[in-house]
Amino acid sequence: MAAVRIPPMLRADVGGARELDARGDTVGEVIDDLVDRYPVLGGQLLDDGELASYVNVYLDGEDIRTRDGLDTPVRAGESLILLPAMAGGV
Amino acid sequence: MATYRELLARVKDEIDEISTIEAHERLESSGGSLFVDVREPDEWEEGHIPGAIYTGRGRLEQRIEGLVPDKTRELVVYCSAGSRSAFAAKVLEELGYENVVNLAGGFADWKRNGFDVTIPRVLSPEQRTRYSRHLLIPEVGEDGQQRLLDARVLLVGAGGLGSPASLYLAAAGVGTLGIVDADVVDESNLQRQIVHSTERLGEPKVLSAKRTLEGLNPDVRIVPFQERLTSDNVERILADGWDVIVDGADNFPTRYLVNDASVWHGIPVVHGSIFRFEGQVTVFTPGAGPCYRCLFPQPPPPELAPSCAEGGVLGVLPGIIGSIQANEALKLILDRGDSLAGRLLLFDALGTTLDEVTVRRNPDCPVCGESPTITDYVDYVEFCSTPLELS
Repeated sequence: MAAVRIPPMLRADVGGARELDARGDTVGEVIDDLVDRYPVLGGQLLDDGELASYVNVYLDGEDIRTRDGLDTPVRAGESLILLPAMAGGV
Repeated sequence: MATYRELLARVKDEIDEISTIEAHERLESSGGSLFVDVREPDEWEEGHIPGAIYTGRGRLEQRIEGLVPDKTRELVVYCSAGSRSAFAAKVLEELGYENVVNLAGGFADWKRNGFDVTIPRVLSPEQRTRYSRHLLIPEVGEDGQQRLLDARVLLVGAGGLGSPASLYLAAAGVGTLGIVDADVVDESNLQRQIVHSTERLGEPKVLSAKRTLEGLNPDVRIVPFQERLTSDNVERILADGWDVIVDGADNFPTRYLVNDASVWHGIPVVHGSIFRFEGQVTVFTPGAGPCYRCLFPQPPPPELAPSCAEGGVLGVLPGIIGSIQANEALKLILDRGDSLAGRLLLFDALGTTLDEVTVRRNPDCPVCGESPTITDYVDYVEFCSTPLELS
């Protein structure tokens, strides 16, 4: 079980939650669990089953692309941050 | 009871001294000797040994540990003729400094030998008062304040982030602030854009900001660019030469343009972005750390990237993120502390939490990587509307 931080632009799709618990032994499984429950997230996070290039996912502060991508193992209690870029400045 | 001469002779017996010739050799060999000037302020202002630090004899005991935390550092203490500094050297030894020598003959002998002298630029009495809280901080001090006054910072955007950033940079005495913004002040801006005001409605933001900032600090010169930053004008705007860019833009094309230009010009960027209750802030240092494209190789599709105009933003949020940007810009100018390069701070105003994630250089980055594939400005609007092109 991992805690997943939901960015503000995706919250409307998950009933407004800022954080969700999800099951899985890898980052990919955790995201699949979320997508199973909130299918609309699939189109926003994934691209042909891979992590979309405009979304960053951090596991305990490290970008999973610098580790094993979606295969990066997730230990119980670790936290994931989903982070799309934001452009707003004004 | 000893006379002054007897006391001086006794102190000189107890400390080590070196000649100006020997001190000059130490300075030339740059072996780590630090020269400490303990004369009166007006003597310092007329000239001092290059690289010396200044702390008047009166506040030596109070200030020296802040200026020189390392008590094993080799110190050469001097005054005009070597007497006041003899007492200062003695005090430094009593404070635990292990390698202290007095400069026999002092600055007068240094000049007699024809060695180099630095004439410091000095702050006016008004500046001394205005920046007094900076001058008291060892990490800033007079040298740091001069650096700030000499510095040139370009702000992209005079909006939510640009408002607090520009106000604090102007207040700090950053001598030249360039501001790029094409917009005019609108009523819906005033919930957060605190550099503007109700009476400026309809006025170009760069001119409104100029009036506010010059009113705050007459030392600051504002260079307004009343235009949107584009591939066509970026080279002209950057040609003025900037030490730091503070990016508070409101759209992806400008973000990527600022990034590419900053990498090619070697200018560090203090990046901030905001949406609703959340802010992101980091520093991109060309050549030394990741760039914006290393962090976000591609912009998200429009439905995943609503602007603040579409999604809203809590008024105080840019105040917090823009102030962190000002802090980072000041540190870069002062060359002090640890910048946010390689770290992205995530601030959540609802939970009042601050998270940090690591940002690494991407060796395959198309702009700052080992084999760049983008070496000139592209059509950034098109690039951001076709995000999957480079996947």
